[in-house]
This record gives sequence, structure tokens and C-alpha cells, in this order.
Amino acid sequence: MGRVWSILFLCVPILGVWIFVAAMNDWWPMSGGAYAFGPGQWFPALDVSEHVIDHLFYLILSLTGIVFIGTGLALFWFLWRYDAATNKDPVVFSHGSHALEVIWSIVPAVALLFIAIYQMDAWANARMRRPTTADGAAKPPLCRVSGRQFEWRIQYPGEDGRFDTPDDLHVLNDLHVPVDEEVVIEIESMDVLHSFFLPNMRVKQDVVPGMRQYVWFHPVKEGVSDIVCAELCGWGHYKMRGQITVDSAAEYDRWYSAAYAEQETSEFVPSEGEE
Amino acid sequence: MSTTTIDSHTQAANSEMSIGHFLSTYVFSRDHKVIGIQFLFSTLIWFVVGGLLALGIRWQLAWPWSNMPVIGNMLFSAEGGQISPEFYTVLVTMHATVMIFLVIIPILAGAFGNFLIPLMIGADDMAFPTLNMLSYWFMWPAFICFGAAFFCDGHGAAAGWTSYPPLSAMTTAAPGSGDAQTFWLLGVTFVGVSSMLGSVNYMTTIIQMRAPGMTMFRLPLTIWGMFITALLQAFALPVLTAAGFMLLADRLFGTGFFLPEALSVNNSPMASGGGQPLLWQHLFWFYSHPAVYIMILPAMGMVSDILACFARKPIFGYKPMVYSICGIAGLGFIVWGHHMFVSGMNPGLGMTFMVATMMIALPSAVKTFNWLGTVYGGQVQFTTPMLFALSFVSMFVIGGLSGIFMAATPVDIVIHDTYFIVAHFHYVLFCGTAMAVFGSIYFWFPKMFGRMMNETWGKIHFTLTFIFMNGTFFTMHILGAGGFPRRLADPYHYPTFSHMLTMNQFMTVCAIGMVAVQVIFAINFFYSLFWGPKAGRNPWHANGLEWQAPSPPGHGNFDFQPIVYRGPYEYGSPETDEDYYPQTMPPKNERPEPA
Repeated sequence: MGRVWSILFLCVPILGVWIFVAAMNDWWPMSGGAYAFGPGQWFPALDVSEHVIDHLFYLILSLTGIVFIGTGLALFWFLWRYDAATNKDPVVFSHGSHALEVIWSIVPAVALLFIAIYQMDAWANARMRRPTTADGAAKPPLCRVSGRQFEWRIQYPGEDGRFDTPDDLHVLNDLHVPVDEEVVIEIESMDVLHSFFLPNMRVKQDVVPGMRQYVWFHPVKEGVSDIVCAELCGWGHYKMRGQITVDSAAEYDRWYSAAYAEQETSEFVPSEGEE
Repeated sequence: MSTTTIDSHTQAANSEMSIGHFLSTYVFSRDHKVIGIQFLFSTLIWFVVGGLLALGIRWQLAWPWSNMPVIGNMLFSAEGGQISPEFYTVLVTMHATVMIFLVIIPILAGAFGNFLIPLMIGADDMAFPTLNMLSYWFMWPAFICFGAAFFCDGHGAAAGWTSYPPLSAMTTAAPGSGDAQTFWLLGVTFVGVSSMLGSVNYMTTIIQMRAPGMTMFRLPLTIWGMFITALLQAFALPVLTAAGFMLLADRLFGTGFFLPEALSVNNSPMASGGGQPLLWQHLFWFYSHPAVYIMILPAMGMVSDILACFARKPIFGYKPMVYSICGIAGLGFIVWGHHMFVSGMNPGLGMTFMVATMMIALPSAVKTFNWLGTVYGGQVQFTTPMLFALSFVSMFVIGGLSGIFMAATPVDIVIHDTYFIVAHFHYVLFCGTAMAVFGSIYFWFPKMFGRMMNETWGKIHFTLTFIFMNGTFFTMHILGAGGFPRRLADPYHYPTFSHMLTMNQFMTVCAIGMVAVQVIFAINFFYSLFWGPKAGRNPWHANGLEWQAPSPPGHGNFDFQPIVYRGPYEYGSPETDEDYYPQTMPPKNERPEPA
């Protein structure tokens, strides 16, 4: 029976690797392949610049994959080889090995420190180094997104570049950004915690009431994608869906003027507590 | 079965003499073994509840807004047999709460900690038996509070098991934010009181009541795991309790610890303000991250004991194993911030927490390699407990490695709050800890009840659980890497995730299978309880002190004074002809008169 059990445990690394490879190469029989699983496109498509985060993901996947396969094979081999039913060798009476302990402490430590240091720059770019304008000042936000149970209120500052003035454009759940430009968005919450999640832009930031925060990304391809709320915000959490559209510069201007004109005619201005 | 009776001065078989009132023996017992078994039965019942709640979640994700067969009309007649979005948030909240606070933590510390600690260190009971009894009975207010939450408006708390304010601080935010949330907070507090009483007892017992010769470095790793867990609870729990009271005050008395100014929820403006929602997250995770280790360290210890026993070999690197338990616990206190990388916390702080979190993978890696080293060169016996212990090692590798992804801050931006996280902690807590618990039940069942469980059915239970469990949880990694978020009642509402429906259906089928095969375990457990073959003192030929006591041990545990001569893992020692060498057996060249 020992052989059967060894093979059962061998299935873990084999099937585990197969599932990951299948998903990455769109072999997974049960995926539609439309979004996340396009050929070589495991992450949601319509990506931002340089795939930094995807690259890090794959790097960690390779490193952990080696350990996963290595330990899985070792476990399989030990079970196969040292099955009491077939193994006639006496037990190796050993309490451990100092040299081995040192080796398998230092090697993972180096690998982990490498990962930790290697990615710091990506983190800083994603969170700490806000894009700047030509003169070095922090780039002003393109718009403000406010989370509210269960919708995204989007406010563009208008001509004067300042929020909460009469020329602001207000839209609901429909964010438009220009392509090939670093976009900064101010986010805030009007009630509970939400999380502003743009899967295709690798952007996620909890929206905390009482805090003003900025997120930024650099869209390089035109297209439409989802704004998802990723923090439980109440019973309607699942339907707190917005849409982000990356437009060409001309298309963005056209959309903006049309939306503004529509707002002027409908005179829709959301007020506090408005439903 | 050879038993080494050194001291013939038996502590009078007082099991016969002390049978007093039924209540004082079986209900309000102060005997650590009875308390341990009480914990075991209570937590197993809640395990069933938690598992069924999980099936509700899986049903919704596989066949959203569809009539549940058979039970749908009974439970949700108002919604036409469907799960409503309100109830879905209750399901995710209560599933997690029940599993963490009423199953995993109390089954490890409460059930196994209570049963094993005095037996394994050679004591006749805990240091404070009455306190010990109270630690079990303080679970009952918690059971009642969590049970009551299901019958309040909204049918349960609905703010997630993390209960982040402001959602959890408002009584009007949603159905389930009212009394159910208050009961939830009270329930967590009572669990905390119970754990605190237990942890004081465990620490004192392990430090003070070890048998002669039982030095700290002769303790089984199970005891080391329990000891460090007790330390973690003692230092981290007060923070959660305090935070819980602050949140209760926000809810009931209008304070504003966690509520900023000018908040309006569900169209009702909040009077209070001046607080900060992130404060709750810091306080909550300051307990709940160490709690992750509270949920795994005892399991690691128990797995080490089982592995050494059935590899018939000393544990590889005993001291490094002990140091890595301590290392995990120490680092466990400074990594809570990794739950908050995208919470709005200062991103500079994120870097610190990231490095600390990376480093905590190190002692975990050392443990894994030592487990492999233990199996190497052994005489592996594939008993049911051994299979569960091996699956713990195999699964913990996956759970540990996936942790590195979320420790990496930039990668965490994408996978935070997705099913990648769900995959990770289910690999650690279900595929890891729960497998260790199953293995431990099969392993110590003869000691607890004096009878053996059925091996064949145990192996069938193991194999099916193992297959279905991997089918359920491994796939979650793929979903999560594609961005599939947690806690959405209908993720297919978003085109980005709509193609993941079939994968979810596959997982749900596996999950139903996984829950169904637990019936085999239940039948085996109860059948063996009454009709299993009688077990001798030491059916597995193990070394630990507990195996030298009668099965089941009477009141006062040992019928002789155990004296310890060596560590618990001297299997296959050349000093003896047997392949095991009980801790109480005097060395061959040394005859009587042990000091």
C-alpha cells in the first residue's frame, strides 16, 4: 500500500504544476479564455505600463514553484523508498544535522531577502512616488472618485481645475481616462470602507472614510473594463460595479464635452443624502 | 504491552473512588481529560455548522440566485428558495467566525491542549482545575451569542469576520448590523475569556508541573506548540478584547473610536466622530495575526509527534524545531500590518511589514525541511494518523509558499481580497490544521476513549477528503490570480469574472463531496466509541508519557510516578532492542534508584 500512498502524494506537485501551466496557456478546459486566460495572459488583460507587478508575480511563482516541486518530489521519494513494508534497512538513527540546518536556513533567507529588496522599487512606484508634472510638482488628480453604498460617484474638476466648483462634471459609475498619460485619481468614501479595485490596471486601494488618498496608473491601451469594490461594504457589495473606459485623447475630449452638455441640460447635481 | 512501573506506589486507583455525582464527573468536571473531551465534542458540532455555512457560499458561487434543492424552500421561503445578497454576507461572516473562534482555536488549545498537556508532561492534572472548568463553560455564553446572532434581524452578523468599522459600528448599516453584530462582538469576547483562562493554565502547568526529569528540551513538540500558543494568547488577546469593547461602545453608547467626522451611512448621519477606522484594523490584526499562529503551532507540534512515531525515527533537528516555533511566535507579533498593505496605511510602513513577513517564512521552511528529514531513512508505517500528518506537510508547503505572494507588497495589490487569499488560508487552516486535527483524533482516540478507530474507514475518509479538498482549494489560486474577489454574492455581474463560473461549479462539486465524506468520519468515530476494539496502553508503540498511562487514564492520570530519562523521539535507538524507547524506561546500564 505504501506505493499507492506515495503516488497519491506525488499527484500534488504534478497536478499543481499542471493546473498553473494550463491556466497560463489557456488549456484549462473550463475557462472561457476571454479575459484573464488569454494566451500568455493569465492576469486580466488591458494592461498598464511594463507589467511590473505581473513580472514580480511570475518571478515569485518560479521561485516558489521550484521549492514546491522539490519538496513534493522529496516527500514522494522518501515515502516510496522508506515504506516499512518493503524497506529492510535499519532506521537511520539521527537527531539532525547542524550543517543541513544552517544550509536550509541560509538559502531560503537569501531568496526571501532577494524578493523583498527586489520588489521595493515597484512598491514605491505604485504607492509612494506620485507622478509629477513637468515642473516637478505633484500631478493634480484627473478626477475624484467617491465610494458610497453601493455606487461610485465620479467628479471631474472642470476648467478651473478645482473640485466642488460649479463647472464640475458629475458622473455615476462611469470613469473615463485618456490613454498614454499618467492618471492620478483622488479617492474617498462617503460612508463605510470600500476598495477601489481596477483589476486590469493592477490598482487596488481601500477607500477609507475620513481619509483622502491618491492612486495612479498609466493606461497604454484603449478599452473598457470594470471598477470592482473589493472591500465588504454591506449587503449590496456585489453590485457596486463601475466601468472604466480608456479613450484616445480626442475621444476623451468628445466624451467629456458630451457628458458635460448632458449634465447642463438635465441639471443633475447630486446633493447630500440624495437617493 | 510493556509498561514501565518504576514507582509501585500507585496513586491509588482513585478513578473508582471519586465517582461522585454524575454532574461533577461528566458535566462540571474539573478533570482535564473530561474538559478536553467536552471541548472536542462541542467544537466538532460547530465544525458541522461551519461546514454547512461554507456549502451555502459555494452554492451561491456555483449557481447564483438559484433555488437550493430541498432545503432552499425551508430556509429561504421568503426569497423563493434562493440565498439573498443580505444572507450571503451573513454566510461569509458566520462561516469564518464559527470556524476560527468556535472550531480551530478551541479544538487545538481547548480539546487537545487540555487533554494532552498534563498527560504528556507527566502531571496528574492542570495547575488550576477549577479555572480549567471555567474555560470550557465560558465557551457556552459564546455559543449562545453566536447562536442567537442567527435568530436576530438579518439572521447573523454581516460585516465580515474582520468586522471592519464603520460597517460594523453602525447599527443601521444593513440587516445584520443590529443585534446580530452586538451578539457577534460579545461572542468573540467570551471566546477570548475562555482562551485567556486556558492560556494561564497551560503556561503554569507546563512550567510548574513537569514530571521529574522532564526538562524543557525533553518536552514533546506538541507541548512546545501549546506552550508558545498560550504565550501568544496571553499577550495578544487583551488587545482584541479592548478593541471589542471600544467597538461595542461605538455601537451602543455613541462614542467615536473608529468613526471619522461627517459620516452618513444608509442615509442616516452619524452623530459621533473624531475616530479612525484604521485603528480597528491595527488592533484587530494585532491579535488576529498572532491568532493565525495560535491556529497552526499546536497542529505543527502534533504533526511532529505523529511523524516521528510512524517514521519510527527521531524527529530531525528537535532544537531547531523548538527555536522555529519560538521564531514564528516572535515574528508573529510584528507582521500584522501585512493585512493592511492596501488599507490606506502609510506605504512606508508597508515595506517594514513586508520584510518582517518575508522573514517569518524562514522558520516555517526550517520546520518543513525537518519534517522531510524525519521521514528520510525511516520505516514509514502508513497508518491513518500518519497519512493525515503527511498531508499536513504536503499541504502546508502550498499554504506557506502562497503566503510569499501576499507578503510581496506590489503583488499583494492585485491579489489582496481575491480568492488567492482564500486559497492561501484554507491551505493553511483547512488542508493544514484541520488535517492535523483529524490525524490527531485518529492518533489519540485510543488514549481518549480506550478503543481503536477503524483503520480501513479511516483511510477511505483520508483519501476522499484529500482529493476533494485539493479540488476545492487549489483551483482558488487560479481564480485569485485572475482577480476574482472575495465576498461577492454575484461576481459574474462583472464581465471580467464572468467566465470563471464553470471553475466555481467544479469547486462546489468538490466541496459538496468533501463535506459528504465527513459522514464516514462521524460514523467511524461514534461506532468506535462504543464498539471499537479495546486499545492497550500503547497501541502505536509510541514513546510519550501519555502512552504509559492507562487507556483511558483514570482520575489523576498515572498509576505510577513517571520519571523521565530522555526526549520523546528516541525511536530506533541502538541502546535498546525495541524500535521505541519510552521516556520513562530507565537506561539499560542504569538500574533503580533514579534521583
